[in-house]
Amino acid sequence: MKKLYALLLAAAIPVALGVCPAPVLGQARRPVTISGAGASFPYPLYAMWADRYEKLTGNRLNYQSIGSGGGVAQIKARTVDFGATDAPLSAQELAEGGLIQFPLIVGGIVPVVNVDGVEPGRLVLNEELLVDIFLGRITNWSDPRIATLNPDVSLPSLAITVVRRADGSGSTWLLTNYLSLVSEEWKTKVGAGSSVAWPVGVGGRGNEGVAAYVQRIAGAIGYVEYAYAVQNEISHANLVNKAGKTVSPGIPAFQAAAANADWAGTPGYAVVLVDQPGDASWPITGASFILVHKSQTNAARARAMLEFFDWCLKHGADTAVELDYVPLPANVVALIENTWSTQLSVDGISVWRKAATDNK
Amino acid sequence: MTVDAPASKQTYLRVRPRMHKDCSRQTRLDVLFRAFTATCAGVIALIMAGIFASLLWNSLLSIRTFGISFLWSASWNPVTKEFGALSAIFGTAVSTAIAMLLAVPLGLVIALFLVELAHPWLSRVVGGAIELLAAVPSIIYGMWGLFVFAPFITEHVQPPLQQALGWLPLFRGPPMGIGMLTAGIILALMILPFITAVTRDVLAMVPVLTKESAYGIGATRWEVTSKVSLRYGLRGIIGACFLGLGRAVGETIAVTFVIGNDHSIRSSLYMPGNTIASTLANEFAETFEPVHLSALIHLALVLFMTTTLFQMIAHLWLKRLHKVVEGRT
Repeated sequence: MKKLYALLLAAAIPVALGVCPAPVLGQARRPVTISGAGASFPYPLYAMWADRYEKLTGNRLNYQSIGSGGGVAQIKARTVDFGATDAPLSAQELAEGGLIQFPLIVGGIVPVVNVDGVEPGRLVLNEELLVDIFLGRITNWSDPRIATLNPDVSLPSLAITVVRRADGSGSTWLLTNYLSLVSEEWKTKVGAGSSVAWPVGVGGRGNEGVAAYVQRIAGAIGYVEYAYAVQNEISHANLVNKAGKTVSPGIPAFQAAAANADWAGTPGYAVVLVDQPGDASWPITGASFILVHKSQTNAARARAMLEFFDWCLKHGADTAVELDYVPLPANVVALIENTWSTQLSVDGISVWRKAATDNK
Repeated sequence: MTVDAPASKQTYLRVRPRMHKDCSRQTRLDVLFRAFTATCAGVIALIMAGIFASLLWNSLLSIRTFGISFLWSASWNPVTKEFGALSAIFGTAVSTAIAMLLAVPLGLVIALFLVELAHPWLSRVVGGAIELLAAVPSIIYGMWGLFVFAPFITEHVQPPLQQALGWLPLFRGPPMGIGMLTAGIILALMILPFITAVTRDVLAMVPVLTKESAYGIGATRWEVTSKVSLRYGLRGIIGACFLGLGRAVGETIAVTFVIGNDHSIRSSLYMPGNTIASTLANEFAETFEPVHLSALIHLALVLFMTTTLFQMIAHLWLKRLHKVVEGRT
């Protein structure tokens, strides 16, 4: 027994002293693991970015897609390095939490339908039709108001079933913001939020829940993230935008909406990209945001995190498009990096300016 | 005897102190063991009390804001921050009622068949299958319900039901396969194995002698089943039902998949609804508004108290029933 203890002790001492025979790497800096939590919509992209970035630099990203609400709560509690949310925080909320906010990618919400004989992209809807369908006032696909907008689509007499998210979500936040913006009645009756009291319909959990319900129920109309609709080949509808033009969802249409927005003039980049001007703009577009604390505690960690975001913004565009997400316009990227260098600091010393010079 | 005496005396002398030592050690161990088991049992009570206290503490905001009217307010509006539990309580009650209505008679009939009528070989095979059903995780029931069962209901159950009973408000609305009815049927399927398995075991415990005596005085098989077996096993059967009820009330993920998750109270079983558990599953992760979060925990408190109340009533009732039966015999 004594021998065993002696052996154990002999083995433990070098481990405790840190002299175990680890290969000495030629790297100047040890790999850092950055932790983040929040929105589930950008999760596939963040995971892909993290994977490619780790292969390049050795730095890892641990992102938990627990939902936007969870992301906000976690970053406020400082349990993660950054939070991610689809619904931007207001300037006041940012100030209260000592946070800065910036967008990382843009995406769009598309209406998806399951009506026999209607091919993807054939059906056109405008804001009044959307409002009335989601309010439960238009209840049948054969309604003359839908027919006037779609003269060359033969619509069956079929009850409309509204399908929406049962869980709180950034998608719901964007859609209800759009509907509140275009309809005073929606604004007073239902309002906008990541979950609302829907007048009609069934609720599915997550994008996949909504998609499954829409595909199951004949005559259903729902809404999902564009990337989700594309990857699952669900029939989508086109929309009439603010300029009165009919647009199909897609990366150019989302980019058009993002380019027309007033990024510089909105505190915390909290622009809501719904109902943007421009002939090509998709009306229900939105950005997914990152939240970080203004005053960081660890300079090396903060810099590693910003380097990751910098790489995503400057070199992650191809990956984003591959997965049907929309990279931010170049002028917005410059604005964001400026925000980092002016607002993010450790003990009052800016973190990002140094890193930027280090890189060059 | 005389030759052995000194030796045994010696042994006695040598053994005695050791026995004494062993005894006292045993007693000490006994005390220790007793304390250990008591602590483990106490932990259960402590956990229960802890859950109750933390639920109560976290729902204080909601209790203060909405008061007792939380229980009968039907509004659930995250935008205006008005929350009430009625639709969730209603949905829980209705889906559980459908499940019990279907599963209890069916479970009883299956158990009777297995114990009284089936060939022992068949009984073993079917019994094994039922136990397997009980081990299927609820997410499987949920996915199967959504992708296989709901389309079947839409095409083959709801239209004929509507044709036959469409004059009742219970069966109105478009047949979409997702809603209260489907949730109730899925729940019935989930609790059926529990009710059947326990009822089967209870019926199998009816003494053969008792049954044979009944047959001996000329009772028919039906009479033996209804007047001897069922009456003998009544307590256990009711216990089985409460086991099923407890599972149905708290079942979460399978219900969330097929109930349609709508915060409204509707007369039609074809329409979507929600339960307390499904509301929690849907909204808890994405909520950060303090009042909303507190209202959700308030809902959990309601569920916790309801199930505790059920258990207590069941216990008291069974006790009384037992007394009545004993008094009669």
